[in-house]
This record gives sequence, structure tokens and C-alpha cells, in this order.
Amino acid sequence: MRAEVLVKKALPDSLTPQRLVELYRTMLLIRHFEEQCAPAYRQGKMGGYMHVYIGQEAVATGFIAHLRDDDYMLCSYRDHGHAIARGTDPRRIMAELFGRYTGVAKGKGGSMHLVDVERGFLGGYGIVGGMVPLAVGVGYGIRYRGTDQVCLCFFGDGAMNIGPVHEALNMATIYKVPVVFICENNRYAMATPVEFASAVPSLAERAKQYGMPTRQIGGMDLLEVYREAEEIIRHVRTTPEPFFVEVLTYRFEGHGIADNPTNQALYRTKEEVEYWRQRDPIVNTARFLLENGFATENELLEWDAHAKQQALEAVAYADASPEPPLEELYRDVYTDMEVQEWR
Amino acid sequence: MAVITYREALRQALTEEMERDPGVFILGEEVGRYQGTFRVTEGLLQRFGEMRVVDTPISESGIAGMAIGAAMIGLRPVAEFMTFSFALIAADQLVNHAAKILYMFGGQIAVPVVFRGPAGGGAQLSAQHSHSLESWYAHIPGLKVVTPATPADAKGMLKTAIRDNNPVIFMEHAKLYSTRGEVPQGEYTVPFGVADIKREGRDVTIIAYSQPVLLALHAAQKLAETEGIECEVIDLRSLQPLDMDTVLRSIHKTHRAVVVHEDHRNVGFGAEVVARIQELAFDELDAPVLRVASADVPIPYARNLERAAFPSEEDIIRAVKRVLA
Repeated sequence: MRAEVLVKKALPDSLTPQRLVELYRTMLLIRHFEEQCAPAYRQGKMGGYMHVYIGQEAVATGFIAHLRDDDYMLCSYRDHGHAIARGTDPRRIMAELFGRYTGVAKGKGGSMHLVDVERGFLGGYGIVGGMVPLAVGVGYGIRYRGTDQVCLCFFGDGAMNIGPVHEALNMATIYKVPVVFICENNRYAMATPVEFASAVPSLAERAKQYGMPTRQIGGMDLLEVYREAEEIIRHVRTTPEPFFVEVLTYRFEGHGIADNPTNQALYRTKEEVEYWRQRDPIVNTARFLLENGFATENELLEWDAHAKQQALEAVAYADASPEPPLEELYRDVYTDMEVQEWR
Repeated sequence: MAVITYREALRQALTEEMERDPGVFILGEEVGRYQGTFRVTEGLLQRFGEMRVVDTPISESGIAGMAIGAAMIGLRPVAEFMTFSFALIAADQLVNHAAKILYMFGGQIAVPVVFRGPAGGGAQLSAQHSHSLESWYAHIPGLKVVTPATPADAKGMLKTAIRDNNPVIFMEHAKLYSTRGEVPQGEYTVPFGVADIKREGRDVTIIAYSQPVLLALHAAQKLAETEGIECEVIDLRSLQPLDMDTVLRSIHKTHRAVVVHEDHRNVGFGAEVVARIQELAFDELDAPVLRVASADVPIPYARNLERAAFPSEEDIIRAVKRVLA
């Protein structure tokens, strides 16, 4: 039984039961937030592409838990969970998804381009692997200034097959940038399995060739992610050198909103999904909290209800928010220059 | 005024800006130990050290992305492409990242980065090393595109580019590096979006930018001497932002125009200039506006074929005579 294995694990020294509960509740909030997305999408309240993080919550939560306020992070378009884990107001995230003016990017980026500059979240990016070279630049900037900040760069297994990522990993080692490259291997790049797309099945093995420390870790157990992330981020902050970590995880839902169960049947079985659902990081963490006496059944129910309430409030907030005014169309193209309106 | 080369003018701009602002740094292939493929960055590694003059592997996407990332947290990188033909490899970084980050994040992250290097051809570099493609960049909202033709403009505009808070595509031309010209001494900058009348005239307006400005000036000189035709030569200098006012004022005077560039004619930047002229000054025109540009073929190697592919002084003279006919 997975749960028994978990119970035997001790809490890492730095993780108080109280902090663990906080992280658990972050995962709950991500889950509930994501669960509100599909219905809102179907009601036409959002458009475009929409990729949810259900199943992968432990990864962003376990890594981002170790960031200082002045650290940086970038991630892919599957970015709702990362923003929530970093502490961005879920109401403003939902408003962004709804294309509203109160959104984190004034409604101009949408689901794939969340951002929170105050918290060093330098954005979600829609081109697979495109932000990995940017992370090298952020890391170079940190070295240039001589601070001990770090930059986390989250991307998927699909990104390991695009050229610029490999240019970036190579350069990361050349310039010794304090960047943690976090490859969230959820087994599929859209519908293409890792075993098909990668000549070498272990992505950590591939990254090893770039002369940086690499590690492959499990991504379904919050405690494991937390413990590994703590060590990795401490290493990168103090060495400094980059680190590549492949996190084995799974998305319970489709790639995006259009990847419905019929489409999913083309590339994965129900049994496979069920196998991973048995490893749900939220269920497992709840069990751990209960069995170690860190939480009661009632508390778990209460936290769950609270997270759901927060997600519903986010939807209500987004719904009540205004659309961006039309003048926004021409704003922010340049910092200092008006774009000519030709109509 | 001192007479220096275009290359020296660029180097002065880099040096002065690096001295003025500790956040300015250079990265690119062969910019440091090798002193720059075209020697623009000569001596800078020795002067500023390897943190600020960064040699890179041959990784254009990596170079561009690294520059953008550093710019996003407030540094002012100047990335050199060995040629703009190689920038094609970094197109995703320039178009999907540098140009979009300010807008898609709601105006919260600026990208003060300069991408510079030689564009164009003319040295028998054949099909893969002779691209101009400024119209590709000018097509992308979020990028500024400048194409200085003289040492004075090169220096003043590179300083402006480095201080700009937006991504700037700074296109030089390999054939310009050794050209000489007067450059003001001391601190000065040349603003973007202000075209420069390089020669005044009353008969025909020739609109050009980058190296073809020199071609246009030669053609204008010849036309004046041999035919008594007085051409006004306008150097656009900056394509985005584009100064149409100067162009239109000239057309109000001459009523005839020829646009010259080295990029291909088909969907080249000249098409945009011509479109705007007819939208804004149709009634002023006494003749169709003509374009002089490269043939719409890959650039060939053989000297005679290459010469035939690029716009020439004679092409400009012929076009001027046609709009006057």
C-alpha cells in the first residue's frame, strides 16, 4: 500500500506539520481551482487553450515551497498551479482566464500567460521549451549581479525534444547559472508518449550529458518532492551551478480542454489513468496527515470546503469583473510609443 | 567632428554605453577572445572582462533567449548575430518572446534588449548568408527596427537602442563597416523614427535605408551632373517607428518617388512605404512610385549573377528617369 510507505517516512527537518498542512491546502486550492475551469470553459466564459494541472499539484507545490520572495520562476502554458503555489491571488488568475481587466495580465495573456512580477513569476509561455533559454538569461542576470537568488524553470517532457532547450542546457553549464530545470514528465507530449518521442527514455539521462547534476524523482508524493527540491535548490543557491531534475508525474485530465476522453482513448487506457489516480498526491497527503495525527477528518473536510469556496469565489470575482477597455488593444505594444490606429 | 569608420562608430557607442551603465553587456559568437567577426567588439573583452563581453557557443536561440531573459530582470544585453541570416534560427525567440512579452503580460515586463549584426550581402556569400529580411521584423508588433547607413547614425542610434526599453533589431551592413564619415565628438544620440534628408532636391524623392542610401547618393550625384536631375535622398534610418512625415513633405515638393532597398522586392519594406504614400498623398503623385530592390531569387554566388541580383546605381537611375518620363 502506497499510504503505508508514506507513513513510514519521517517529515524532513525543515517541514513542520503546520507547514505541511499549508502545502496540502495549496494543492487543494490548485485542485479546486482547476476543477472550476472546465465548467466555466464549457459555459463559454473562457476561450483559447486551457490546460489544467490536476494530478501534478505536488510538483509545483513541493518546489515553489522553497523559493524566497526574491527568487524567480518561469513555466510552460500549464501554469495555473505554479501561480497558485507562488501565492498569486486565485481571483486574479481566474479573471485572467476569463479575459477580464482585473486579471494578472489585464486579460491580455489568458490561461497560458499568467504572470506575477511582484513574486518573481516571470510568466507562463506557450511555445514548448521557449522559456528555457530565457531562464538561462535570468540565471545569468543573477550571477551578473552577484546575488544568491535562484530561478526555477518548469517545462514538460515534450520540451526535451526541441532544439533551443538543448542550447539552453549547454549554455547553463557553460555560464554556471543558478537555475533548476524542472522537467515535469507527465508521460505525454499531448498524445505522444515519452517512450516514442525520446530516443533515450530517461530524460534525466539525456540531460546528464550537459555536465550538470541531474536527478530523477517521483512527483506524486509531496514529501518526496519537498525533500528533493529542498536539497536541489539549496545546492543551486550555494554552488552555484544549474541542476536538472526529471519529475515523474501524471496529468489525470486531458492535455487541454479539447483532449476529451474519446481523444484520450487514442493514446492511453482507463486502467493507466486509474493506476495513477491511485497515487493522487492530495489523497496520499491527506492520509499521511491523518495517520500521523497532523489533522483530523473534520479538519480535512473543512480545508477541502474552504479551498472549494476560494475557487468559487475566484469564479464569481472573474464573472463580476469588467472586460478590458478597448484602449487596451493598443497599449503595451511598446513601453514608450503609440501604435497607430489605422481603422 | 572626427572622421571614423562605421565599425569604430559602433564600437564607440558600445564602449560609452558600457561605461555609462553597468547593466549593459555584450554576448554573441566570437565577440570576446576573437575580437568580433567583423571586429566591432575589438578590445572590449580586455576592457570590460568576460562577465560583460560574453563569448557564446553557436546557439542562436540560446543567445537570443539568454539576452531576453537577462533583459527581463533589468539588464541591458546587446546580443550580436554574426549575421542576420543566422538570426533565422532564433526567430521564435525574437518573434514569440522578445516581441510579445510586454504585451502578453499586460505591460508588466519590459525587454530592453538589442539584437545587432550585419544584414545584407554583396560579398559573394551566396544563398544562405545574404539575407536582409528587415521587413520580417518590421512586420512584428513589439519590435523596433533600425538600419543606420552612416557612422554618425550608427553611433547615435546604437546608443539610443541600448537605452530603449524595448527589443530593438539593429541591422548593420557588412559593406558599411569600413565606410568612413564624420561623427560628432562627445555625447549624442540619434532618435528613432526620424528620417534624415541626406541630399536635398526638387525633382524626385529617393527613399532608402542602410547601405542602399550610399547607392542612392551616388545615383543622385550622377543624375545631377549628367542630366541636371535633382534628387532628394531620404534615409529612413528607422523602419519601426517609421517617419512618413519627412517622406510626405518631400513628395509634396517632388511629386515623384522611388524606394530603394537591398531586400527582395516582393513583399519587401518598399511595398509598405509605397502603400502609405498612395494612402496619404495620392493626389500629390505625378507618376507611380517605383521600387528598386533585389531580384526575387535566392542570392547566387557567381560575381556577375550576384551583381545582377542586387540593386545597382544604374537601376536607381533608370527608375528615376522612368518616374520623370
